[in-house]
Amino acid sequence: MGETFLNIGLMHYLTVSTILFTIGVCGIFLNRKNVITILMSIELMLLSVNINFVAFSAYLGDVVGQIFTLFILTVAAAEAAIGLAILVVYYRNRGTIEIEDINRMKG
Amino acid sequence: MLRIDKLMIIPITLFYIFSFIAITSAMMVISAKNPVHSVLFLILAFFNVAGLFVLLGAELLAMILIIVYVGAVAVLFLFVVMMLNINFARMKEGFAKYLPLGIVVAAILLVELFFVLNNSPKNINLTKETGVTNTEAIGNVLYTDYAYVFQISGLILLVAMIGAIVLTHRQREGVKKQNIGKQLSRRRKDSIEIVKVESGRGI
Repeated sequence: MGETFLNIGLMHYLTVSTILFTIGVCGIFLNRKNVITILMSIELMLLSVNINFVAFSAYLGDVVGQIFTLFILTVAAAEAAIGLAILVVYYRNRGTIEIEDINRMKG
Repeated sequence: MLRIDKLMIIPITLFYIFSFIAITSAMMVISAKNPVHSVLFLILAFFNVAGLFVLLGAELLAMILIIVYVGAVAVLFLFVVMMLNINFARMKEGFAKYLPLGIVVAAILLVELFFVLNNSPKNINLTKETGVTNTEAIGNVLYTDYAYVFQISGLILLVAMIGAIVLTHRQREGVKKQNIGKQLSRRRKDSIEIVKVESGRGI
């Protein structure tokens, strides 16, 4: 038992990333009304995926995993910027960003 | 009998500290009442994951995580949260209603993922000694094999930047602006008119 806890290896990092990913998914379910918190949950999920990539990169001794993490960071930054810009525009036009009020395209 | 090298105690302790704080602050991100607190806990989670990256030997990514995520993305979140006048109390209304569903989905997902993990290869020590530093190794691959992908990622950032500017830019009315072309094309005959006034009479 002590061996599992004290010999830090791939499995430990994968476990941490699994828990973080689950928290991110849970956050989307719990904060159904708050767009900003949903965006933050998505960031958490991307972060856990990054941990996975880096852990496997260290495990395989291959640096390509870290390169991929770099690209994920790029796309995540672009996504956050565009998402928040849309949010700001929406707030300017409607005065609210609650998801229940975002239903104009329902017809 | 378990033997632990004295030097190994520090990374092990750091791993548990970093991962514990990261998971706790991630929970606070999704459960905090005030979105500003959520963003601050998100920053804390990023810092601790950066610590985990350092433990894994990915120093460059750890620093990029702090610079890009904490310095840009999280501050952007903070900016938007503080700029918009949001009724936070109304936002939290559905929390208790969705809690059972969220916990059930999360539990199912967690169990599934752990099943997958159990079938993965067993614990292997990660520390590897190579001659080059992490930054050098990444640079060797990034600018050669992945040069085109690197360019495309730059393009993505450019498009995101232009998109964000186009989306949020607005033309205000009643604002006086300097029009340099108009100023430069102004000539003497356009602006001055010489009128001969006879004495004793007005114009």
